[in-house]
Parts: sequence; C-alpha cells; structure tokens
Amino acid sequence: MRHVYPFSAIVGQDEMKLALLLTAVDPSIGGVMVFGDRGTGKSTAVRGLAGLLPPMTVVEGCRYGCAPPAEGAMCGYCQRGHPGHEKIHKGKAPVPVVDLPLGATEDRVVGALDLEKALTTGEKAFEPGLLARANRGFLYVDEVNLLEDHLVDLLLDAAATGENVVEREGVSIRHPARFVLVGSGNPEEGELRPQLLDRFGLAVDVKTPTDLAMRIEVIRRRDAFDRDPAGFVHHWEKAEKAVRRRIVKGREHLAVATVPDAVLERATALCAKLGTDGLRGELTLLRTVRAYAALEGHDEATLDDLRRIAPLCLRHRLRRNVLDEASSTTRVERALDELYAAA
Amino acid sequence: MTAVTAAPMIASVDAPLPAWNDAALIAALLAIDPTGLGGVVLDHPSHEAAREWLELVRACLPAGAPMRRVPASVTEDRLFGGVDLAATLTTGRLVVEPGVLAAADGGVVVLPMAERANASVLAGLVEVLDAHAVRVEREGIAARHEARVALVCYDESADDESLPAALTDRLAFRLIGLHVYAVSARTRASLTQAVGAARARHAQVADGGDWLGAVCELASAYGISSLRAPLLAWRAARAHAALHGRDVVTEDDATVASRLVLLPRAVTMPAPPPPPEGEEQEPAPDQPPPDEPPPPPPEAQQEPQEQPDTPPEPPETPPDQDEESDDARPPSDILRDAVAASLPPGMLEQLLARSAAMRGVQGRVGEETMSLLRGRPRGSRQGEPRGGARLHLLETLRTAAPWQRVRGRVDRSQRVALRKDDFRVRRFIERTGTTVIFVVDASGSSALARLSEAKGAIELLLAESYARRDRVSLIAFRGTTAETLLPATRALARAKKVLAALPGGGGTPMATAIDAAVLAGLAAQRAGSSPLVVFLTDGRANIARDGTPGRGKAGEDALASARAFAQSRVSALFVDTSLRPDATTRALAAAMGARYVPLPSANSDALRGLVRTVQQQAAGT
Repeated sequence: MRHVYPFSAIVGQDEMKLALLLTAVDPSIGGVMVFGDRGTGKSTAVRGLAGLLPPMTVVEGCRYGCAPPAEGAMCGYCQRGHPGHEKIHKGKAPVPVVDLPLGATEDRVVGALDLEKALTTGEKAFEPGLLARANRGFLYVDEVNLLEDHLVDLLLDAAATGENVVEREGVSIRHPARFVLVGSGNPEEGELRPQLLDRFGLAVDVKTPTDLAMRIEVIRRRDAFDRDPAGFVHHWEKAEKAVRRRIVKGREHLAVATVPDAVLERATALCAKLGTDGLRGELTLLRTVRAYAALEGHDEATLDDLRRIAPLCLRHRLRRNVLDEASSTTRVERALDELYAAA
Repeated sequence: MTAVTAAPMIASVDAPLPAWNDAALIAALLAIDPTGLGGVVLDHPSHEAAREWLELVRACLPAGAPMRRVPASVTEDRLFGGVDLAATLTTGRLVVEPGVLAAADGGVVVLPMAERANASVLAGLVEVLDAHAVRVEREGIAARHEARVALVCYDESADDESLPAALTDRLAFRLIGLHVYAVSARTRASLTQAVGAARARHAQVADGGDWLGAVCELASAYGISSLRAPLLAWRAARAHAALHGRDVVTEDDATVASRLVLLPRAVTMPAPPPPPEGEEQEPAPDQPPPDEPPPPPPEAQQEPQEQPDTPPEPPETPPDQDEESDDARPPSDILRDAVAASLPPGMLEQLLARSAAMRGVQGRVGEETMSLLRGRPRGSRQGEPRGGARLHLLETLRTAAPWQRVRGRVDRSQRVALRKDDFRVRRFIERTGTTVIFVVDASGSSALARLSEAKGAIELLLAESYARRDRVSLIAFRGTTAETLLPATRALARAKKVLAALPGGGGTPMATAIDAAVLAGLAAQRAGSSPLVVFLTDGRANIARDGTPGRGKAGEDALASARAFAQSRVSALFVDTSLRPDATTRALAAAMGARYVPLPSANSDALRGLVRTVQQQAAGT
C-alpha cells in the first residue's frame, strides 16, 4: 500500500487548497491552473486530494466509471443496458485522480484499438485511455506548459465538451469524459497558450513560504512522512476526515445555495472593469461564489464571498498588456478595491 | 590522523583538495540514502575522475545494487519501458519490457551529457525522482514499475545549454570540476565499511534536533527559495550523522550538509555576521550535546587530506570548548559561519558567479521542449522501414490484426501473419515556427532619437509574436559591437526585461550588425525554424568592420555585409528609423534583399500597420 501525503498536512498554500476544494464541491467550475515556484507542494496537494474525496457511486462493470442512471451522461455500454446483466449493480469507486505523464502518446490519452484482442480473437475492441479513467475525477498535468501542443488540444476538447470522441483505426466510439483539469506549471519555463489558459476555471499563484517557522514546519512534516508514512497518515486521519466532511456538506449545500442579484451585478461590473473577453469570467464567478458559499455553509453568497474568490477566477483572464508591468493579481485587486470603495 | 597515502589526488588547479574529500563524502552520503538525496550533478568533470568516483559510489552501495549507464541519446522506450518488439511479434500479444530505470531499482542511474538529453526524457526523470517509480502510459501500455534510484547527471553544458532546473532542484549535490586521479584501495575499503554500518543506522537517526531550523534559515539567507534545498540538506545531514555513528544531527553534520547541498545553490551571500550580542534573538535551543567526540572509524574521507590548510570537514574540535560561546548565538549563525569557514578563500565568489550565470539561462526548458524537432506525430502510412523511416510497430500490427484468421492463424502459438503491405512507418509533421530576430540600432546617431519609438514597435511585435507562438531574439548594436541580448525565446517576460534595459549611445557598426544577423538567421534555420530578421536602424554606418571610425570605409563594409546577407537568403525587413529617410539607407536595404519600411511616427495605428507587414512577411517565410 502506497501512502499519499495527506491533503490537510500541507502547510500554508491556502489559496491553492481553497481552489481545489471549490472544484471538488462543484466540478463544473472548470479546472485549476497552478502557477508556481518549484517545491511548493503543487503536485502533493492534487495527489492528496485523491485520498480525501468520498468515493463515488458507479455502475459496476462500466469501464468509464459511469454514474447509475439519472445521474448524468452514460457511455454506450451503460446505454445499451449492460448486455449480459439484467440489472445495474451499483458499486463504489474512489474518485480517480489521473496523472498525465509528459511523454504520454495520443492513443494512451484518448484510447485505442485493443491490440491483444484484435490479434488473438480478431475482435475490434476499444481500449479506454486516460480520459476514460479520469471520468468524474481529476486529470492532473504537471508542467502543462511543456506538454506538446496537439495533446493540449485533445485535453481541451474533452474538457470543454465533457466527452471523448474517438474515430481512429476503425474504432468509432464516444464516451463521457467529465473531469476537472488541474494543470501546474512554472511560467519561467515557457508560457502557456492563452487559449488554453482561458479554459481553466480558476488560477492560483503559489509561492514558497518565506516565513521561517513555516518553512521549517514544511520540512519537518515532509521528513516525518518520509520516515514513517503509515504513522504520519494515521496521525492526520482526523483532520482528513474533517475536510472530507466539509466537502460532502458543501456538495449537499450547493443545491440550495443561491447567488443574489446584487452579487451577480457586482460580478458583471468587475468583469466589465477588467475587460475580460467573453462571458466565461462571469460564469466562473457565479459558480465559484456559489460553491464558496456552499463550502462555508451559507445559504446565500455575499459580496464578501465574491471578493474572496474573484482573484482566483479572473487573474488568468486579463488581456495581456505588454505595457503594464503590474502582475495580473495586482490588477484584479486594484479593480476590486475601486469597485468596493465606490459601492 | 593516520598516515596519508602518497597517491596523487589532484589534477588541476581549479579543484583544490577539498573537492576530492567532498567527492568521497558525497559518494558515501549518496550510498547511505540514494532515493532520499536524489542524486548528484557532476559539473564538467574529467571523465577519468568521474569513472573513478562512480567506482567509489558502486563500492559504497550495497552489494549487487545496480548501476546503469544511459547514453543521452536513449529513447524513451528503453529508459522508461516500452514494447518488447521481438516478443510481441512472436507471441502475437503485447509484451511490455521494463526500461533501464526499472532495472536499476535500488541503485544508481548515470546519465552522461545530461544536458543533451531530450527534454521529455528529462521531464520523465523528474517524475521518477518524485514517484520512485516509472509509470508508462504510451502506445497501448499502462504499467508501473518500482524505480527507487539516484541519478548521477553529467553537466557538460556550454553557455547556451543547461540542465533543467526542475531536475537539478531534486538532486542534492553538485560536484564542480571533479579532477581527481585515484583513490587508494585502503581509503575505499574504510569508506565502504563505514557506509555499510551507516546504512543500518540511518533509520534511527532522530528527526528532532534544532539544526533543522538553522538549515532552513541558512537556505533563506542564501536566497534559495525552493524548499527542496533545505529538505535535501537535512537528509544529507542525517546521512552524515549516520556515517559518523551518531543518533542525532549535530553542528558538524549540519555544517557539512549545508556546504554540500545549500552552498552550490546560493543566490546571495548573507551579510557578514553582525555582532552577536545584544540583539533579541530566540533563546538558543539546547544544543544536542555531542556526548562523545565523533567516533574515529569513518575517517576515510579525511584520509586523503594532504594540504594542511582548510580541511574540508570542520576539524574535530572538542565540542565542549565551543559550547560556551555558541550558546549565546542562534544555531543558524553558528552554522553560517561554520560553513563559510570551511570553504577555501575565493570559493564563495566562484560559486556566486556560477549561480548568477545559471539564473541567466533559466527559462530555456520550455522553449526547448516546444521546439522538439521530432515534430508532431502525424500517424503513419504504408511503407517499408527503410532509408531512415521508422517502423510504426503498433500500427503495423493493428493493420495485420483483423486479417489473422483469414490468413490462417488459428491459435496463439502461431506467429503473427505479417505481410509486406501491412508495414506502416511513422510520419511526423515538423513544425517550422518562425524566429523573429530583431536587430536594433542603439547607437548615438539619430537612431537614438527614435530609440524609444523603436522599443515601442518591438513591444507591439513581441505581443503579436507571443500570440502566434513565434520565437523572438534580440540583437543590439552600438559602439563597435553587436551583442545578442536575447537568444531565441518564447518567454515574453524576459524579452521585455531585456528591452527595457537596452542602453543607447556610441557609433553605428552597421557591417558588424549585419554579420551578426546572418549568423543568427542561419542558426535559427539550423534549429529548424524560419528566421525573419527585422532591422531597426537609420543605416548610417560610421564604424567599419574592424572597429575603426569613418563613414566611407564603414559604408563600404556595410554594403559588402549586406550582399553577404542577401546570399544567405534569410528573409528580412528593414525598418528605417531615421527622421528623414534617404537613398543610401534604401540602397543598403536593397543590397540586403530586405523589404524597406520607414518607421512611422509614434502613432499606434501606423505601428500596427508595420506589425501587420512583419506578420505577412513572417507568414510568407
């Protein structure tokens, strides 16, 4: 059994943790892009999420992890009524967190002809790829800015449409592929295409903590984990359970949480002020502020909630201004200050 | 101290004695905790010395631990695992073969000329270091193999290459200039023995101790932002404690670890120690009193000391002496001074100069990766794997698969029935991006008057190039030289920074500038992209190629260079930045075969027109 570093044991990095929690509450927010220095626990956080999320209900035997009927899109197998099975059996499966390795090839990502079956039985069968495995979960791409362009295109298509369409080698298949894309990258090593950036719902800047006590704590914990993973995980079990409860409650609350008009108007004004393209900014603000309210256990999102999550939603949507040196976070903050001061 | 063997230890002046002692020490520490420490960068080693050193590492590793050498040209299949061709063809089912990394589980992987390795190979190595396992997701395979390895990377990069920081960040040590000839059998034997004992003890070294805080603080003081550095240093300190038979980390361990792990990463040097008294500092934590002087057996790494000065390891001063004075000061100060004291003079400056240079070349990783020359795979086509075309095995098998029954293959024991027209070869589309090379006149002539306008135009072009994913490069010329301020990059932020800092003044060495442009253009061509040179100058040459002033000679030289430029067939655009465009400049542009455009006055619409012109020309290249 391999142990995963517990999510709640990550020191600091509150914004990144918040962004991940928000997408766990409402996956429709879209993915999270994490920019940041090396050694800031980016991948640790995403991997930690795996151990944390409550298991999901799935149709047993379905290779795409479909939810039982009436809970969303289904694959061909489930739609055809499970040949060989009278009844749908429900099962539990952990929420998948799939890593996309940098060297991954296209057919591993989208799926391909099952070679073994084809050769041994002459049967044309589809072997699902990483997108199938990531369905209803998280797809994590480390160094997304280094990924080859055509793979990025593939991911974007699937992320945007929620399904994976395969037309190759005589295989013609489509299956649901709803996943939260979590990308990380260091902008110093190459920039991300603006088209890709815009598709991420939230963006986080992570920095190495500068506070000495915090730095020491990071290393102390990491060292403790490395020396005794089982003991460390056990030690944090309670905290992990608390976070899990928070997510479950948040999900339940999401259905009832509302966003009043005043908050919506402020969100629109903010987007107009920052000149973000399209409506994606507003939509993300709406969903995120609702998810935030749900996570906090409020029935109604407030203007303060909006202020808290606005930088997450908008900092990567600003049009690049070559002549403005200010970082995008500063620009969002500036706009927020002005708007909230005027109101 | 025991008698020292007279074996010659030093081969070169730039590796003073401590280098070898550190090298032996690093070999020992690495063998104690290979996965925890990640590995070593051998910075421009001599190859004999490196071989000797690797032998030492091998001797220190547990018996039977693998040590695999991997050429930089290794393919991803072999390194990370892939399809076993022969077995797949004979059995008719996909046979996965674990790669070198999986085979080296529990040992060391050596990567000579690591800077030459394919970017995706390096990225894969980073993943392996994190996960201690290889995951393969390619060509219909999904497999995971344990790969608890340490990496030894040779860094033999010239100025324009470097190992990606993502990789070096995860390797604890950097050995600069290893030029050692031999290690005596006795030294090796004693070191091996000490390491063996230490490996057993390593797990028991207590994790507490106040030196952890000191190591963290020192890392901050050195300006190292990555938290991996202090973590690795701490692990090194623990391994060092184990090597010396201790159960707690002491000052000595922290000092050595900081010197080996933190110093080579230092970005700044902390200010000299302030007067220690009087400041309100955290009360000195109880120092773990090293109850006994370090035990003598693991003396091996001290043996080769020949020079009396600056022993590499802090001398075994009886700790009780220091205790009194140390108590007044926080451990981090003690540590900082101890590290500084353990270095030969001049070493700090050298290290700092290095790290500054290293920072300069950061940001190359992405650029490199994006321009992977193999191009975008574009499926396969029917054909024979000859003349450089590579067989696409899986496509071939896929083509053959549906026909197996028809061809009479009825059970698994039979070979796959392949026919010639089943063969498929790989096809790639090579993406030939554009590299826009700006050659900017920063001389004191009338160009200076419009330098800021030229900068504005370039910034607009940069923004456009960014959107188009072009690469840009910047050459400025003034005085007697043309200087490449920015090698081809996609990092807009860097380009902007360089541009903002562009100084002006001096003569106009037109010929030199054109020559530099030819070189840059041809280099871009070799790198597989289409160059477009954009000159921004008034073309009033007044410095000849040999650096002598004078308009006449300078003009002739410029024309000669221009004709050479035309012969290189690099596409060019000549933006005349003079206040009143004249015929000479136009003639120069014509000789170059460049398209001539006068710089419009500072008016953004007109500038955008210029940008469009450049774009069209870039698209046409």
